[in-house]
Amino acid sequence: MNYQNNSENKDKSAQTPPSGGWGAGSLISTVVPLPIENVDTDQIIPARFLKATDKNGFGDNLFADWRYNKDGSPKTDFVLNNPVYSGEILVAGKNFGSGSSREHAAWAIAGYGFKVVVSSFFADIFKNNALNNGILPVVVSSEFLAEIFASVNENPKTTLTVDLVNQTISNNTSGKSETFEINAYKKDCLLNGFDDIDYLLSKKDLIEKWEKKKPNP
Amino acid sequence: MTNKITDSQARKFPTGDSGGKTLFDKIWDAHVVSIIENGPTQLYIDRHFCHEVTSPQAFNGLRTRGLKVYRPDKTTMTADHNTPTINQELPVKDPISKNQLDQFAKNAAEFGMPIFYPLGHEKNGVVHIIGPENGFTQPGMTIVCGDSHTSTHGAFGTIAFGIGTSEVEMVLATQCILQSRPKTMRITFDGNLNNGVTSKDLALYMISKLTTGGATGYFVEYAGEAVRNMTMEQRMTVCNLSIEMGARGGLIAPDETTFNYVKGREFAPKGEEWEEKLAFWKTLKSDDDAVFDMELTFDASEIQPMITYGTNPGMGMGIHESIPTLDEIDEAGRISFQKSLEYMGFEPGEKLLGKPIDYVFLGSCTNGRIEDFRLFTNYVKGRKKADNVTAWLVPGSWKVRQQIEAEGLDKILEEAGFALRQPGCSACLAMNDDKVPAGKYAVSTSNRNFEGRQGPGARTILAGPLVAAAAAVNGKITMP
Ligand code: SF4
Repeated sequence: MNYQNNSENKDKSAQTPPSGGWGAGSLISTVVPLPIENVDTDQIIPARFLKATDKNGFGDNLFADWRYNKDGSPKTDFVLNNPVYSGEILVAGKNFGSGSSREHAAWAIAGYGFKVVVSSFFADIFKNNALNNGILPVVVSSEFLAEIFASVNENPKTTLTVDLVNQTISNNTSGKSETFEINAYKKDCLLNGFDDIDYLLSKKDLIEKWEKKKPNP
Repeated sequence: MTNKITDSQARKFPTGDSGGKTLFDKIWDAHVVSIIENGPTQLYIDRHFCHEVTSPQAFNGLRTRGLKVYRPDKTTMTADHNTPTINQELPVKDPISKNQLDQFAKNAAEFGMPIFYPLGHEKNGVVHIIGPENGFTQPGMTIVCGDSHTSTHGAFGTIAFGIGTSEVEMVLATQCILQSRPKTMRITFDGNLNNGVTSKDLALYMISKLTTGGATGYFVEYAGEAVRNMTMEQRMTVCNLSIEMGARGGLIAPDETTFNYVKGREFAPKGEEWEEKLAFWKTLKSDDDAVFDMELTFDASEIQPMITYGTNPGMGMGIHESIPTLDEIDEAGRISFQKSLEYMGFEPGEKLLGKPIDYVFLGSCTNGRIEDFRLFTNYVKGRKKADNVTAWLVPGSWKVRQQIEAEGLDKILEEAGFALRQPGCSACLAMNDDKVPAGKYAVSTSNRNFEGRQGPGARTILAGPLVAAAAAVNGKITMP
């Protein structure tokens, strides 16, 4: 790695929703299964909840329209309201997080307490937003995804182990595991709690240099 | 979702090395400040657009870190997402919305942002409409905004894409962003669109073939005769919808149509600078020997007016066609497909022609420009709005509204029973009061038919301005 972390102000607790926990480098948890495809960010956090000017409290409205009735009572058939399922890992159908660029979706997922989202396919902007909030998006094969859903269906106590250092994810019920991709830079950011702004601020001289001799008119 | 790309529609080429560069490569390479080994690229951003909903947490972040905005003149701020479309001159009623707008103004003042268009300002409007309209958007630029439809600006031959709030903070602090380099795709539309078929239909057709994830990881260049013959406004509609098939963005090589549009606008280069820029802009095209990671070709003359039947923009079909049956859907997708049709109150295999509808929304950064209002007005001229339809006609900006009035379109609309509203995103995302009630059907010229997008329980049918006009006067889905 050729970057350094020289941000002056490391205390971001007031800004950052509960997330991270990657210091240990791995996580074992039961999962919340959501076998729906194309879950878009309007489902993750509907637009009417985007009026806040800070990052807190979005977890309460995660999947609001699937989770609550009109009168605010919980919909008993939605997985977040089913006490059988819990954990820090959300497992979802393919193409998770499509649609709007709202980072509120990542704040809602982190705010609810998820640290990992597993799917066979993620929308681009969501993936960036997740990583920028300490949530690890793990891409698995569609076969492995189907297998996780099957295990959890049979035994809701099924746990997954997500090992960020070695980039592996294992189904502890079936014993199967897969490796997953993450670029070395982002992995370091997650493990060490750096963020992109820390990096960019350390490159101010390069930015000024670029501005002086812009390649195009 | 349902229509797979068949071999006759798609030609795939393997990735390869070649001397030629794509338009995307040329713009990207010219903006690289540094490259992180095994990581993303540090890209310089020429223009940043900013609105009230995705920026407050970014400005808070700067405050917490004790940072200033690095290049305030490179950010354009407009209030649009969470604004009322009537009585804008009165104080905003919803206290939480008002707080967000006040915070936006406070941030603009505290951080010394010189380009700030609050509610009611003559240059206020939807961010992706006011950018091109005032000449902020110019060929060869890198453009970002905390809104996924930033892809709209690609119509001018720019690399323009949506970002999250952490990234908004990065751009404010450093005028740079860290991004992984996407793959490139070219989609060519041979032939021409038939009469009565709009660029929105072309885009909905393309998304129905590619599905909502079909271009994820790619930056798309649109080419071909049909695209070359489009006006800038039509090109913006196509690029706008790139994100709905998952693409990072879409772009079109600039040509005389582009230059003529940009020339003379307030923030466009003038005099000698114009000549210098123009010479550079003329070099902005993919080399003949450039290799794309994927190439697709469609025949534009095969495209019919389109509508959507489901709850993502990939669930589209020709207006005469039937919704797919269950056995046409692969197994993994069946739960989602059924859930979607249940939400919409439709049956597999059903035809939608003749279906009664309740609302019509003309507007948004997809179809809220003057040409969209001309098309709509031209259709409803001499006809009457159906009694069962509530119509929201929301110009994309104050300038669009002024133009509508200057051309006398407002009078024609009024005679046909329609009223114009004030500019904003409005029912596109229904953050304000423009919400479609639960269970009601809305034919909308916006870009997303997601569950609840236009209000909790609202059922959205996406279409172009002509299909919307036909629905508004007939009270049902009708061939325009
Ligand atoms: S009109 Fe809709 S899509 Fe366009 S910027 Fe506004 S909310 Fe986003």
